[in-house]
Amino acid sequence: MKKLLLASAAAALAAGAAQAQDVKIGVILGFTGPIESLTPQMADSAELAMKEINDAGGILDGMMLESVRADSTCIDSGAATAAAERLVTSDGIVGIMGADCSGVTGAILANVAVPNGIPMVSPSATSPALSTAEDNGLFFRTAPSDARQGEVLAAILADKGITSVAVTYTNNDYGKGLSDAFISNFEGDVTANVPHEDGKADYTAEVGALASAGGEVLVVFGYADQGGKGIIQAAVDTGAFDTFVMGDGMYAEALVGDLGDMLAGSYGSVPWSEGEGSDAFIALTEAAGVAGESSFTRESYDAAALLALAMQAGGEATSAAIAANLLDVANAPGEPILPGELAKALQILADGGDVDYVGATNVELIGPGEAAGTYREYVIEDGAYSTVQFR
Amino acid sequence: MDFLNAFVALANFVIIPAASYGSQLAIGALGVTLIYGILRFSNFAHGDTMAFGAMATILVTWGLQGMGVSLGPVPTALLALPAGIAITALLLLFTDWAVYSFYREQKAKPVVLVIVSMGVMFMMNGLVRFIIGPDDQNFADGERFIINARNFREMTGLSEGLAFRTSQGITILTAIIVVILLFWFLNRTRTGKSMRAYSDNEDLALLSGINPERVVQITWVIVAALATIAGVLYGLDKSFKPFTYFQLLLPIFASAIVGGLGSPLGAIVGGYLIAFSEVMVTYAWKKVITYTVPPEMAPDGLVQLLSTDYKFAVSFVILVIVLLFRPTGIFAGKSV
Repeated sequence: MKKLLLASAAAALAAGAAQAQDVKIGVILGFTGPIESLTPQMADSAELAMKEINDAGGILDGMMLESVRADSTCIDSGAATAAAERLVTSDGIVGIMGADCSGVTGAILANVAVPNGIPMVSPSATSPALSTAEDNGLFFRTAPSDARQGEVLAAILADKGITSVAVTYTNNDYGKGLSDAFISNFEGDVTANVPHEDGKADYTAEVGALASAGGEVLVVFGYADQGGKGIIQAAVDTGAFDTFVMGDGMYAEALVGDLGDMLAGSYGSVPWSEGEGSDAFIALTEAAGVAGESSFTRESYDAAALLALAMQAGGEATSAAIAANLLDVANAPGEPILPGELAKALQILADGGDVDYVGATNVELIGPGEAAGTYREYVIEDGAYSTVQFR
Repeated sequence: MDFLNAFVALANFVIIPAASYGSQLAIGALGVTLIYGILRFSNFAHGDTMAFGAMATILVTWGLQGMGVSLGPVPTALLALPAGIAITALLLLFTDWAVYSFYREQKAKPVVLVIVSMGVMFMMNGLVRFIIGPDDQNFADGERFIINARNFREMTGLSEGLAFRTSQGITILTAIIVVILLFWFLNRTRTGKSMRAYSDNEDLALLSGINPERVVQITWVIVAALATIAGVLYGLDKSFKPFTYFQLLLPIFASAIVGGLGSPLGAIVGGYLIAFSEVMVTYAWKKVITYTVPPEMAPDGLVQLLSTDYKFAVSFVILVIVLLFRPTGIFAGKSV
């Protein structure tokens, strides 16, 4: 059966190559499921990059990019694998822009991408586990790993001279990964590391355990509209903690609006991009009528752009060309490329030059091909987020 | 050694939360036990009846808040409670007329009624989500604290804070009032006595001229009141989210069964027993022990018997132990 699948995949690829003019890129995101409110904007942004390239005449002398969407569901690995398998075998995609959530991304990588040699660029999977996944050099991401965020948060606490903390995390891949990364980087004493489940009505019991353990501050790796908020509420109510340190999942204007004064003096970090790349991207999305301010849209645009540029650099529209050239186009040396300058990048590459794709998120791929990421350190003052510095 | 701080820490994280949670469970378990005693089946729809009652009260509360009505330091929801009870009573009477009465006429076995109640549960489940949505709803207003942790620390100079929320105070107070009223009703009024007679022996009750339909209807109205009160108190104290009421079903049934199904007194004792067990078994005792023993004996670990994730497992274990060794429960209700 596997041979048959492989054979048909090869046949599909060959057929795709024979038609020559269309290059298909899979856009696998959770169009249904927990992050269904974010994914349409992410897909639109990725397709915006492809449209920009097509408008400029396509890659490799007139080959047009075509997006094929599929649903990763964010949580159901089986469904995500089947969807990716279908894109590879029946649509004949050369690369995948996706997937979104860390769990399904790992499943697609192991079950579809690696066996078929299809490269993936995930815009939003942040689990540190993906850095060490067996990927044959096929996995890239434009979102930084949470391992990096753990370092950043540990550094923030070290700068403030805090030596003893209690940690609570949302009980899933994201929360566990981030809390592990933080604890392994934190120099001081972690008095307790307590998981919490999302969607409960009451977190007094969890806070009771954390309060009993003690600590100068409470580090919360949860979601702003779920358990993380409940934990902070219960901790303030019972007088257990006054200051909170928050991971990126806790960054939401609504949280500050709801809890107000309780959060005064609390701080945290969130991945952030700013500068001319981000500004250029926003201008581009406004012109195209895409909601560019949404989460992970910048990363999605960059992921799609990188896939296309890598093919151009490799001189052929194949999976192998993407895998071999993606790091080259993403990193220095070369001409810096901002959003909206993809045509220029294609021309440079066609002329045999070198590009350094900067994109909307200041792309710099490190280690096994993942974004270094810039984090904004913020503190909450007068009921609003205020930036301390970028790390 | 510092017993005062130890006691304050214990009160803050164990005694007060468990007492208010226990009150909510006790009122919920009273509803379950009444249905079991009089209608003779385990009503799985009770958790969602609580959600429906709370939802109806929330909608009325929002209306009142919109009109600018307020009770000052006390939550407006208490004013909306009678309306919520009335709406829930109508729903339960309708359910009884549309669903349960059919099976009563058939003299269906209790196990059939249990399955039927599960169907009703799913319907109510959907109804609540359809009307108010699956998300958290906030309807608490008024003064948040009776005793605020920070002020307590400043007032007493202790290093431990003590927080006593308005919702916790109201919960405990309401539970006492509800229990007194219910017992007075069951033991002193003619209707209450006819209900107990019907519960003890249906045929004899019929012979002595008790109208069974009336008993059933009154039972549903009382159950609606109990469920709505329990649901609203839980929502005020914690937060309103339809799914959490479904999860409450297990501790509520555990409370009713531990106390003895069909025994109102048992339901109350069971409620507090389950609540205190859940909280005490999952509490990290490090702080309290550190205060009470000499410094060199202070524990390094958290001294936590079970992680807080296993809170529901505590109800399960108690349930299993009771069913194994004393199937009729503490107050010798009906065996399950």
